[in-house]
Amino acid sequence: MTTHVLRRLGGMLLTLAVSSALIFGAMYAAPGDPVSFLVGDPENVTPERIAAVRAEYHLDQPLLVQYWLWLSGAVTGDLGTSFQYNAAVSDLILTRLPTTVSLVAYAAVLFTVLGIALGTLSAVRRGRRTDAAVTAGTTLAASVPSFVLAIALISLFGVRLGWFPVTGLGEGFLGRVHHLTLPAIALATGALAIVSRVTRQTMVEQFDLEHVAAARASGIAERHVVRRHVLRNSLGPVVTMCGLVTASMLSGTVVIESAFGLSGIGALLVDAINNLDFPVVQAVLLCMVVAYMGVTTLIDLVHPLLDPTVRIERNRV
Amino acid sequence: MTAQTPTTAVTVSTDLGRARGSGERGALWVSGGFLVAVVLAAVFAPLVAPADPNAIDFGNIWAPPGADHWLGTDQMGRDLLSRVVHGARESLLGPLALLLLASALGVAMGTLAAWRRGWVDVLLARVTDVMYAFPGLLFVVLVIAVFGSGMTTAVVALGLAFTPIIAKFTRSVALAECAKPYIDAYRVQGVSGLVICLRYLIPNMAPALLGYLVVLFGEGLMSLATLSFLGFGAQPPSSEWGLMVQEGQSALIQGVLWPALVPGAAIALVVVAFNIVGVRVADRLNSRR
Amino acid sequence: MLLDIENLTVTLPSAETRRPVLDEVGLTVRPGEVVGLVGESGSGKSTTARAVLRLLPEGAAVDGRARVGRTDVLSAAPAELTELRSRRVSMVFQDPRSVLNPVRRVGDFLTERLVLALGTPKAEARARALDLMAEVGLNRPEERFRQFPHEMSGGMLQRVVLAAALATEPELLLADKATSALDATTQAEVLSVLRDLRETRGMGVLFITHDLHLAAAYCHRVHVMYAGRVVESREASALFADPRHPYTRGLIACNPGLDSDLAPEPIPGAPPSLSTAFTGCPFAPRCADATQVCATWRPETFPLDDGGVACVRADTTSRGADPSRTEEEIR
Repeated sequence: MTTHVLRRLGGMLLTLAVSSALIFGAMYAAPGDPVSFLVGDPENVTPERIAAVRAEYHLDQPLLVQYWLWLSGAVTGDLGTSFQYNAAVSDLILTRLPTTVSLVAYAAVLFTVLGIALGTLSAVRRGRRTDAAVTAGTTLAASVPSFVLAIALISLFGVRLGWFPVTGLGEGFLGRVHHLTLPAIALATGALAIVSRVTRQTMVEQFDLEHVAAARASGIAERHVVRRHVLRNSLGPVVTMCGLVTASMLSGTVVIESAFGLSGIGALLVDAINNLDFPVVQAVLLCMVVAYMGVTTLIDLVHPLLDPTVRIERNRV
Repeated sequence: MTAQTPTTAVTVSTDLGRARGSGERGALWVSGGFLVAVVLAAVFAPLVAPADPNAIDFGNIWAPPGADHWLGTDQMGRDLLSRVVHGARESLLGPLALLLLASALGVAMGTLAAWRRGWVDVLLARVTDVMYAFPGLLFVVLVIAVFGSGMTTAVVALGLAFTPIIAKFTRSVALAECAKPYIDAYRVQGVSGLVICLRYLIPNMAPALLGYLVVLFGEGLMSLATLSFLGFGAQPPSSEWGLMVQEGQSALIQGVLWPALVPGAAIALVVVAFNIVGVRVADRLNSRR
Repeated sequence: MLLDIENLTVTLPSAETRRPVLDEVGLTVRPGEVVGLVGESGSGKSTTARAVLRLLPEGAAVDGRARVGRTDVLSAAPAELTELRSRRVSMVFQDPRSVLNPVRRVGDFLTERLVLALGTPKAEARARALDLMAEVGLNRPEERFRQFPHEMSGGMLQRVVLAAALATEPELLLADKATSALDATTQAEVLSVLRDLRETRGMGVLFITHDLHLAAAYCHRVHVMYAGRVVESREASALFADPRHPYTRGLIACNPGLDSDLAPEPIPGAPPSLSTAFTGCPFAPRCADATQVCATWRPETFPLDDGGVACVRADTTSRGADPSRTEEEIR
């Protein structure tokens, strides 16, 4: 077990090292020299600014030292300075973090609850009309790009019916929920198909197992059989998938925040790219990759707790 | 336990075409017909479009759909129908180009990894790992941040992002194919590895690869349109659909829905139709093997 | 009669199916009696047992009758069926590893039926389960109660399964190859536990096995099944002494036993799949004694003194069977 944890963490660190090097080194791939690339907007090139960039990135040092200083700064919370906002990048990120986190959390609740519910319905009614309808409906919904869905939701529920506000964040918890409902739906819809699919698939496999037949043979009501034998045994893969999808939503927020005009981290990234503010781009990407890798690794380590048989296999290895 | 957003989405989309039901055949024919119509409209855009897609008419902005403009006009008074019809060219050629790039690289890498095994294989696995460390489109976003926005950058960056996915798929197909006795038979006859790969291995994998590419096309179209929507892909005055949605966005608040909904519907319909038809084609190609 | 199956015919809905999975099966079990059901894989033994609990594949067409006591299983109302499954009949499956839910504790498995199906209070169900665990010969029941299935050996698990099966004091136990996944010594132990329990409770047992020797040694009567039909029904003691159906003779020749000088002699061919239809006797293609008649003879059961045989060429004359066991034995 410990070897597995250590190996998994080691793998994660290695991948993080390579991807952070990629994020850092990308500026050397830019056309022209890195200084003018980092300064960004050509209209703002001043000697002071060039000096600031040189100092910020330690450009007079060897490449590896530059990377090391940048990375150790990032680890200690110093993510550099935004030239556009003239502010510490870590502050920019921190002020926008709550929006993004609440959006992702809201969407995660939506697709987990609805996805497992629809998947269970599909599995219980497998091979029947309801099953086909759920499969067709969720896959159809997943074929619509999230930004198109966002536009459609704004048009219908925001503008036409006026049920939901289309800008801003709202006051208080309820206000926030009200404001984030449409964005969360747009973000969650694509994931709904994946989660309901995985739920259905693992449950259908469970239905054919002997312990389910044995439970039925002992006269236990079907709803108990479904809950205690089929659904419970499917939780491992389903929870894993929900976690992975939640992690990958970090990138989905980029699109959704832009579509709904929410000022979260994703919108910050898009702004930074359009304004040639590369320190912000680096910092946001690094944060997203770290968060993503962290969550996926965590899921992998938590999985055995849900499934005792996995735990024992790992122990044997 | 690596999340791979594009591929999971692909496996989901494959079920659309397989969903059994009374309307299944009908959906297949309608989707196929629709796609043919869209491709024809794109090819003959100047003949089909009622107006010049870039003709600005400030006296007629945000006109509702009507006899003059069947689908209305945008914020510069440009005819939406003409723009959507012309935009079909860029919106369909873009994904095609990125898939060509990705499959050229990916098939070469995947075949090599399966054929040589050893360090080539390990290298492919590592590259794939790093690519998958960036959730969703973030790798592409990094490339665009460095090289600047634009259709070419977006297509190349997406092509690179799709490469390991295709390489991984090719590798698995190639491994299965290499295990077949005819490959050994050629080897024993002294045919060189390159010749075996190019003349026998890749052609024999072609149906499976083609089927997979067909399924990936919808994914490519969605990704490219998303990049354009964020302002990273096509640039004005292009009428690429993702960009049109972005331009139409500002009108939404004013209660003018058509400029965003028309191109949005075009994207959604084409992707849905493509998934329905694509999965069928993929199945057909696979079963022929 | 505790269990009475008559003319039970079950057809599966699949397109490849060309013959019924059960074809006019008839068998009986009396209270306190152990009845063996023997045959190769796919002969319909398990389906027969499952049919007793109406656990049939979705869409299966069923004809005939199966009664447990006064209950007509196939037409029972839902409440009656639940009563039957939860209290009156227990089933023990072949592989205890796959019968216990791998992610739940052994204790959950033991109490689940009592609590969920019969509404027994949890504490009471737990006490009952602990008693039963001791009764089937499991030491340290408290500790085992909290273990996961993968932490126990196959033999222990099968005892757990037996304990769970006995928890409701059923009238009838369906043992579906209950010991074939166990090694020989464990098998003997489990069988002796089962025998003791049966004797003290007067429970009827339908004992399904591949092993003709085991069935003959352990059961009062034995039914031999082939291709969904019962081909021979006999007193266990008569089966080896005087097998009448060529298939039964074939099964004996396959495995002559340790004290025999004969070399094992396999039955030629393979058991027929469901996609094979028959115009005559299903065993004819593999039968050394088959004649032209067999290819068109529609099987029917000829009565014997101690049971019946379904072979057109079988010798149905009595060979000094006990004259006191007569008509009522012959169905």
